[in-house]
Amino acid sequence: MTEVSVAKEDEAATGDLVVLKSVNKHFGALHVLQDIDLTIARGEVVVVIGPSGSGKSTLCRTINRLETIDDGSITIDGKPLPHEGKELARLRADVGMVFQSFNLFAHKTVLENVTLGQVKVRKKDKKAADGRARALLDRVGVGAQAEKYPAQLSGGQQQRVAIARALAMEPKVMLFDEPTSALDPEMINEVLEVMQQLARDGMTMIVVTHEMGFARSAANRVVFMADGRIVEEASPDQFFSNPRSDRAKDFLSKILHH
Amino acid sequence: MFDFLSNYDDPSLLGAFWVTVQLTVFSAIGSLIWGTLLAAMRVSPVPLMRGFGTAYVNIVRNIPLTVIIVFTSLGLADIFGVAMGAPDDFELKYFRLAVLGLVAYTAAFVCEAIRSGINTVPVGQAEAARALGLSFSQVLRLVVLPQAFRSVIGPLANVLIALTKNTTVAATIGVAEAAFLMKEMIENEAQTLLIGAVFAFGFVVLTLPTGLFLNWLSKRLAVKR
Repeated sequence: MTEVSVAKEDEAATGDLVVLKSVNKHFGALHVLQDIDLTIARGEVVVVIGPSGSGKSTLCRTINRLETIDDGSITIDGKPLPHEGKELARLRADVGMVFQSFNLFAHKTVLENVTLGQVKVRKKDKKAADGRARALLDRVGVGAQAEKYPAQLSGGQQQRVAIARALAMEPKVMLFDEPTSALDPEMINEVLEVMQQLARDGMTMIVVTHEMGFARSAANRVVFMADGRIVEEASPDQFFSNPRSDRAKDFLSKILHH
Repeated sequence: MFDFLSNYDDPSLLGAFWVTVQLTVFSAIGSLIWGTLLAAMRVSPVPLMRGFGTAYVNIVRNIPLTVIIVFTSLGLADIFGVAMGAPDDFELKYFRLAVLGLVAYTAAFVCEAIRSGINTVPVGQAEAARALGLSFSQVLRLVVLPQAFRSVIGPLANVLIALTKNTTVAATIGVAEAAFLMKEMIENEAQTLLIGAVFAFGFVVLTLPTGLFLNWLSKRLAVKR
């Protein structure tokens, strides 16, 4: 028994926070994730890019089990992803998620959106939750909107609230599933700036995005996916200036020369 | 013209309608609770619960209410000895049996209205709630159902109006509500058309404001997306 716990501590010490091993998933006949191996270290910012339908969003959603996997294993902070139930809920509370379509709770105010998880999952008292929520809303620059409803906010504001809502849970890792894809162009930067700041503060982040600028400036590592496989993993400099695979070269030539 | 009304004091016209109101209110509360639970079962991840919810709705909503109400009396009370906590007070016993029958029946319609409301809530709402670490029942209670209810106040108003009128079936097991009194009056008096008009008017007085109020409420509480 002692050895097991020592082994666990070692794993934590090496700093691997999210580990995916030979993960496979099918949607019917479509093999969306094919033998995915991916390790994300504590404090690392990993940007996942790739063409539409390459499985990158699905990959992101398997990490907090919004999508189940067919085989392979996913561990978070040394713990394998549990099945549906209390254990899984506990784990999800430690994994922040930001969606493409914001998904703010439409019937609750901005402030209530950010306090809900703290009160109902973290069991904080209302006052402490309010305080933290307001601080986070200020941090992402929407403090003045706290009493409004999501529908009264712009897309960029909504997404920043969604980031605050996820941060309120004090997550170990944040997942971003195309956080700027549903935004008007002039609102993309305000969201990216919040994410940049978060990356500088040392948050572990997995970001699925088409924002190459963000990948260049904020990522420690770029993971390029195509057709359900990880085709290439490299530092942003390496990847953008000197991609190794033809698939990545082809992809980059299509998006960078406009 | 309305002299004959003073011949009736057990129940009086107002007394009979008061029983109708009581039947409606108790049945509405009961069927809202039971119907919500049924809807929760129908969307739950547990196959057994889903199966039960589906079977219940499809069986109960297809049985005539009269059959259900008569069964509470002839079946539950007479054969199985269900006394609803009032074995010696016949009036109360049959009133409660009628409420039980109305709840059992109306809940099936409430369930379907709420389930259609649940379907109007975007999947992302539940996903975001799950991603925060909320349990299935918390997701349902805190995020999905509050939005679902707001979108089905209109359909629920229909169910409530139907329920108000359906309480007349309680007369078949001797509950002295409006229709019971109407039947008695028609047997005794000559002005049958007038009697019909009086009771029709009474029901409109009950249901029209309900419908208008709930319609206003549904607009006020609509969730903006």
